[in-house]
Amino acid sequence: MRVKLIAFGLGVAALIVLPFPLSDFHTVQLATVGAYFIAILGLDVLTGHSGQISLGHGAFMAVGGYTTAILMSEHGVRDLWTIPLAALVAGGIGLLAGIPALRLSGFYLALATFGIAVVLPTILKKFDGLTGGSTGITLFGKPTQTGHGFQVTILGRHLTNNQWLYALTWTIGVVLFVVVWLLLDSRFGRSLRAVRDSELAAAAAGVNRSTYKVAAFGVSAAFAGVGGALLAINVAYVSPDTFPIQLSLYLLVGAVVGFYGSIWGAVIGALLIQFLPDLVHQVPHIDDKQAGPTTFFFGVVLIVLMLLLPLALRVAALLTNRGYPRAQ
Amino acid sequence: MANFVQQVVSGLASGGIYGSLALALVLIHRSTGVLNFAQGELATLSAFICWTLMDHGWGFWTAFGVTIVLSFVGGAAIQQVIIRPIQDGPVLGVVILTIGLLIAVNGLMTWIWGGAARQFDGPFSTEPITVGGVAFSKQDIGVIAVSLVSVLLIGLLFARTKLGLGLRAAAVNPVEARLTAVRVPAMLAVGWGLAAVLGAVAGVLAAPSLFLEPNMMRTVLLYAFAAAVLGGMDSPIGAVIGGLVLGVLLNLVGTYVEWVGGELRLAVALAVILGVLIVRPSGLFGRAAVRRV
Repeated sequence: MRVKLIAFGLGVAALIVLPFPLSDFHTVQLATVGAYFIAILGLDVLTGHSGQISLGHGAFMAVGGYTTAILMSEHGVRDLWTIPLAALVAGGIGLLAGIPALRLSGFYLALATFGIAVVLPTILKKFDGLTGGSTGITLFGKPTQTGHGFQVTILGRHLTNNQWLYALTWTIGVVLFVVVWLLLDSRFGRSLRAVRDSELAAAAAGVNRSTYKVAAFGVSAAFAGVGGALLAINVAYVSPDTFPIQLSLYLLVGAVVGFYGSIWGAVIGALLIQFLPDLVHQVPHIDDKQAGPTTFFFGVVLIVLMLLLPLALRVAALLTNRGYPRAQ
Repeated sequence: MANFVQQVVSGLASGGIYGSLALALVLIHRSTGVLNFAQGELATLSAFICWTLMDHGWGFWTAFGVTIVLSFVGGAAIQQVIIRPIQDGPVLGVVILTIGLLIAVNGLMTWIWGGAARQFDGPFSTEPITVGGVAFSKQDIGVIAVSLVSVLLIGLLFARTKLGLGLRAAAVNPVEARLTAVRVPAMLAVGWGLAAVLGAVAGVLAAPSLFLEPNMMRTVLLYAFAAAVLGGMDSPIGAVIGGLVLGVLLNLVGTYVEWVGGELRLAVALAVILGVLIVRPSGLFGRAAVRRV
């Protein structure tokens, strides 16, 4: 426990110090990492701890992002206050999605959520009166944008817009991290893992399987909604291409990189989604205008990790005497 | 009326493509118990290989023959190298692996061939023929015929050959199959190889009408899943009939339900998947799964 607290303290300190040496451009990149981080935390709760796979978490991010965009551009709500609303809307839809998900397990839940991610762009385009169709909604320069996209003053300090976005995203990110940490260490978290590891045994111990599985969906979707809202605020724009099927799949890659259910690894996963393209372009003889190589290496990373995972888990079990048992 | 018949005919033609990819999905599910999310990308990869060989001046049938062999070897190799190490682990792991394969193969194709759509000249002419006001092409007839012939061959393989018996035994009860000298790992590899071959057929059938590009099968994969689920996930004939029914259904709904139009076809397919899985998981032709508690 003490090790974790020290790690947490160091992490927060790093987050505070980081923007000073970094350029404005890198600062906003890290803000985007924060949005992915929050969504991956949500996916860790759902897939890592309740054992329900989602290949469509980008769809919940889209719900959050569009909630923010529509409230900001049509209803004059300031960007900050749209974030809790985005969490509510996405979380509500997550709860609704969790009910049919009770009847689907394993491959079929994967299939259904994959379907949602594939279908989402067509639905966004269909209801173009609300969503702006394929052109999307631009938020830049809207009166509801904090600082109108230029400068924000907090406690007498002037922040550039990008520093503001960084501060906003990671403040929320750290708070939500603590929330998940406490949540997973509580009765709720233990019940989730009990249901994941054996529904029968959990039921015998008096854990209501349906309640916990649906609740996990709701919590997870709410997190994705916050991530989506922050992504929308960061790029000041949403369109169906902001939330493509690839996003859903990359979130899964991120969750797996994050050691599959360990919320501590979510940072690594989020960094990977943002910076793997840059890394790949460092490799000689790779055309950096081409999307193919990056996509290819995302897949390879995922495959290699999955093949190494059994080994990694064994090592981790040897290193730590305490830790959550994992499903076999 | 002519429009109705037209929609049915072209629905059958696209349904044939869904059905042939669904057949590949069903084959893997039946012989190894896995849903392969990479099946669509593998099919597209096969079509690209065929295209490249033809681009080097090979005739269609030679190129297609070589593609089939390469696909079989590739499918079997993927099973041996990537899937086998974790196939006895949790379902989540296998799902994530096939997703990794989907992403990697898609990226590889974009890397090698670029994202632009290419024309693909298949064995059947796409020239429209009009009979009684209904337009169709030899390609359409070919697609339906090939999907029906494939299911016939697969049916014969499973029912009448020793290899088919081994495949079924390995899937149903691997331990006892091994005791009776069935080489279970080889059977699983053959299952993936055959599925890759069926995928190659689907890819080559689809390419002339959909145009060849790395994302060609992305939406077809969802339709194929819908077809397979409709057909009961374990039934080859169910997959093809499911595909044909789905093709016609999507066309009719798209034409006559104005609200759906062309844009919500994918949403209808998803609704079919969810509806069947929740209301009748065994589909039209599958057997209900019985689990001993």
